[in-house]
Amino acid sequence: MNAQTVRKLGRAALLPLLSIFTALLVGGVIIWLSGPKFNGDWFGIKFVLDGYGGLFLGAFGTQKAIIGTLVRATPYIFAGLAVALAFRCGLFNIGAEGQLTMGALLAAGVGFGVKGMPLIIHLPLTLLAGMLGGFVWGMIPGFLKARTGAHEVITTIMLNYIAAQISGYLLNGPWKDPTNVTAQTPKIAESARLPALLPGLHWGVVLAFLAAIAVWYFLWKTTWGFEIRTVGANSSAAKYAGINVSRNIVLAMGLSGLLAGLAGAVQVAGVNYRSTLGFNVGYGFDSIAIALLGRNTALGVVLSSLLFGGLRNGATIMQFRTQISSDIISVIQALILIFVAAEQIIRWIYRVPATPDDAGQATLSKGWGKS
Amino acid sequence: MDREVVLEARNVTKTFPGVVANKDVNLKLHRGEVLALLGENGAGKTTLMNILYGLYHQDSGEMLVRGEAVRISSPSESIRRGIGMVHQHFMLVPVFTVAENIMLGAETVKGLSLDSATVRKRITELSEEYNLNVDPDAYVKDLSVGQQQRVEIIKALYRKADILILDEPTAVLTPQEADQLFAVIRTLKAQGTSVIFISHKLKEVLAISDRIMVLRRGQVVGETSPEGATERSLAEMMVGRSVLLEVDKAPAQPGAVVLNIHDICVNDDRGQQVVNNVSLEVRAGEIVGIAGVQGNGQTELIEAITGLRPTKSGKVVIGGQDLTNAVPRKITEAGTAHVPEDRQEDGLVLSYSIADNMVLNTYYLAPFAHGVVLDEAKIRENADELVKKFDVRTPSAVVPVGNLSGGNKQKVIIARELSRPVKLVIASQPTRGVDVGSIEFIHKTIVAERDRGAAVLVISAELDEIMSLADRIAVMYHGEVVAIVPGDQATREDLGLLMAGAKLEGVGT
Amino acid sequence: MSRNRFLFIMGTVIALILLTVVLGRNSDSPQIVAASMLATTLRFATPITLGALAGLFCERSGVVNIAIEGMMLAAAMGAFVGAAVTQSLGVGILAGILTGMIMGLLHAWLSITFKVDQIVSGTVINILAAGLTGFIDTQVLSKAGLRSAGLLPQIPIPILSDLPVVGPIFRQQPIAWTAIILVVVVHYVMFHTRWGLRTRAVGENPRAADTVGIRVKYMRYMNVLIGAGIAGLGGAYFTLEGVPSFETQITNGRGFIALAALIFGGWTSFGSWAAALLFGAANALQINAQQFGIPIPSQFVGMFPYLLTIVVLAGVIGRAYPPAAVGTPYETE
Repeated sequence: MNAQTVRKLGRAALLPLLSIFTALLVGGVIIWLSGPKFNGDWFGIKFVLDGYGGLFLGAFGTQKAIIGTLVRATPYIFAGLAVALAFRCGLFNIGAEGQLTMGALLAAGVGFGVKGMPLIIHLPLTLLAGMLGGFVWGMIPGFLKARTGAHEVITTIMLNYIAAQISGYLLNGPWKDPTNVTAQTPKIAESARLPALLPGLHWGVVLAFLAAIAVWYFLWKTTWGFEIRTVGANSSAAKYAGINVSRNIVLAMGLSGLLAGLAGAVQVAGVNYRSTLGFNVGYGFDSIAIALLGRNTALGVVLSSLLFGGLRNGATIMQFRTQISSDIISVIQALILIFVAAEQIIRWIYRVPATPDDAGQATLSKGWGKS
Repeated sequence: MDREVVLEARNVTKTFPGVVANKDVNLKLHRGEVLALLGENGAGKTTLMNILYGLYHQDSGEMLVRGEAVRISSPSESIRRGIGMVHQHFMLVPVFTVAENIMLGAETVKGLSLDSATVRKRITELSEEYNLNVDPDAYVKDLSVGQQQRVEIIKALYRKADILILDEPTAVLTPQEADQLFAVIRTLKAQGTSVIFISHKLKEVLAISDRIMVLRRGQVVGETSPEGATERSLAEMMVGRSVLLEVDKAPAQPGAVVLNIHDICVNDDRGQQVVNNVSLEVRAGEIVGIAGVQGNGQTELIEAITGLRPTKSGKVVIGGQDLTNAVPRKITEAGTAHVPEDRQEDGLVLSYSIADNMVLNTYYLAPFAHGVVLDEAKIRENADELVKKFDVRTPSAVVPVGNLSGGNKQKVIIARELSRPVKLVIASQPTRGVDVGSIEFIHKTIVAERDRGAAVLVISAELDEIMSLADRIAVMYHGEVVAIVPGDQATREDLGLLMAGAKLEGVGT
Repeated sequence: MSRNRFLFIMGTVIALILLTVVLGRNSDSPQIVAASMLATTLRFATPITLGALAGLFCERSGVVNIAIEGMMLAAAMGAFVGAAVTQSLGVGILAGILTGMIMGLLHAWLSITFKVDQIVSGTVINILAAGLTGFIDTQVLSKAGLRSAGLLPQIPIPILSDLPVVGPIFRQQPIAWTAIILVVVVHYVMFHTRWGLRTRAVGENPRAADTVGIRVKYMRYMNVLIGAGIAGLGGAYFTLEGVPSFETQITNGRGFIALAALIFGGWTSFGSWAAALLFGAANALQINAQQFGIPIPSQFVGMFPYLLTIVVLAGVIGRAYPPAAVGTPYETE
């Protein structure tokens, strides 16, 4: 890495870092308000610092904490990559949650339904099933957009609910675990499970890093990625250059869904060993936050996922030590997102001048339907 | 004339980054007068009117309404002062009714409810008074363009405008609709309304106006009355006698037909046929220029040839291959280079580096890709080479194209399109908004392509450009090729007349 | 067009309820089934109606609103806290509306002033509302030991509310009644007043509105705030008419269903209301399917509204046309 690249990365990371810092600051004020305030030690500031201390310790302080963070970050990486990839094509995939659900369902189905296969075949099959589920669920809105102009934000929200209903049907009906009252599938076969890399850490995290590399390579080093990015950056110029815009929209949404589906599959094969009703809730919006914070780059998504995974994981320790509710994490996430999205606020606070090469984000399509 | 001056501009100057749109413009409009503002595209007519209407503000100079110096800072201000404007692109809400559009912003209410009865009555009165026939309850989206324009005029009259600015009002009208518009303008005039009529069509200007002002390159270059002018004299004033940009070129050596457009018809976005049975041949080793005022079907013609717009009928043959309605990629692969009209929008991805833009339509071919894997070294190498060869002024080839000047952006496109072995070069407005140095370079390059044996089709609104480049000139008017003139025999005046829709004796096909 | 849409959707609602009555043969008497269906339908439809009307103001003025959910969730808590602290249900309602408007102000500020992508801005509000309400719930409320002020009482219409089967229609709580009144009021405001005309103009062609002297950004701000206030009322429904407490994620996605109802109803007031009733009926059927012995898995019934919304958006039947300028920030030259 030469000096110029370092400078470029530094510039790219400056605003996100300032956003995180500011969000933590505002989050600290909220924690302070919920604490003993001026009656506490150091006018209540100790309460805030204890909270953040616990948060950090719980996220990165011990080996166990780091492993927990990695496990939490794994589905975030997949889902964040999913949203980022669609963004690169100018598409807003708000449906990672539904695609993840379908991925988890199909993976679980193959995981518990197929028996007597060696791991070397069964595990890949399980993950492939998850990818397929997500791919189809992502392709539908892509197709609708390319064909009819129906806006992907609405169709993906609707598909989230349809996926939830399908999941409810299967987990209460044909795929229900007969030995339990909960709406969940039976446990998947041993041969469908991701083996442990370290105690408590499954191989899925490696897959997530590989996926990040694959997405980076796909987007930036292949002709397919070039086409998707061109459609996202200027669909009119793409059309003039002979690129099939519709096909790329369908492809990008499909691949985005595939990654989200993989998030669900890895969660099934590595953590839960089954699909349960509602485990997916919240991933949709979290993944959008991660993609935006990571500026839709693979590296950025990985780093943001580690941050969000760490915050979620550390929140448990924080809550244990200081009784600060772990929900503060969602508040901090939202604050980060506000500052990342409205970066003028951050530029204004910290007097960061705009640089010309900050341009270059994909422009998102507007409006709800074909006008 | 000693009638009351209702509107006056004194030494108005307006510059945009890099362009002087208006320079020391003086203008007087009298009560009940139709003043025509004549000029080519980009002469600064619309800018001037937008200043009058409060959409822009002049850098220097003064504006007087009825003798009173004013600073018009917003449209509502100009409405209040009795100025109404009918924009070239109508400012109407398609899903609203005529009455709703007309009352918008000047509603009358009864209690809380909109009082449509009164509005309707007033509209009917105005329609009768000025002969502007529209149904107040029709939805604007269901109206023809001519009817929509009438809505715009009523909208202004409804606000009691007595100064009416019409920006290129006939550009979108059929001849019959234009005749109706003229009748309306005469009625308006008779009622004491003053009208500024912006146009580049000589015949119309002579037919309707009391006084004619000609604008060229942002400056007033002449003022005359229709009695003292002819189409020829106006054309001369409008296009000027600026020095021809000299292009060194040998006589053409036309070879085989490369592009054969046979009797094609094309619709525009609104579904109206704007290219009518055009046939044109371009041979290897010659440059054919299409001259014409913008909006006469040139854009749609080019889009049809390059596969971006479906043709309704007819055939497009490139290099012996029937490519009617083929996808753009297939047409590119058949050896066509296309320099699009709108470079920012269609020709470049501004956030991409120069290098990526240089392979925007060849990224999937060797040597830039092996299978699906891009070869960045080759892409970079290619860009470095082309930057040098086409004299793109940039610190490096990894700079985003958006950072380049207009001329350098255009060079990037031209480099990309001409670095391939092409049989056919289509260049739309190749030097629009480009600095003089780059213009010369681009022209040289186009001629070199011709000499190499390519067939070249150039579309330009700049008559100078067409005249200095083309070996044959096709003039388009109202979607038709009205004449094809050998380049060395064409005179500026003849072309100007043909572009303005005049029929010439002894010139043409 | 919009009248046909309204009648079509209402027809579907009635058909759905009749279907339940016919199919529910091996259960209670048809009267009880129908009455129960009606009651559940209306209960479910109230917040969706209000949410859709909230979206109507926003989107008609050109601002996309996927944050109805977040606005309602925050308002549900605001209403509960307001009522519990003052022990006044009226203050609770006002607090709910105000909380909604604060969220709306954030949405307007981000998307109109800062021109943040309106979907991103909506996402921000949804995450923020979920986080803040969760945090305050566990961190503050659980410790404060607030006592609920109870629920708003039903206001029955004499005689009508005693009718068999349709009785429940005429026996509703104040926010539910307000929702129905608002449907009419919003229709009137949007299509028969100066405000509505200007709002729609700003959402369809802001430049045209600008050239006749209408202040585009001001109109958008105000409409977002009005909409957010209505969403706030919808949020108050959950804690002042639904259950007398605040629970985490109490809105449970109803804001997104409201968005679907808005689109399904073709961005009209009556259309959205009919769609809300349809979604309510589908929900009632889903809840009661098993009890009534209806031989379709309830989840397939539950899917039906979402499928219909996609179908309508894709233009397969009765395409809905959004305001033309929705989603695009307005730039003055």
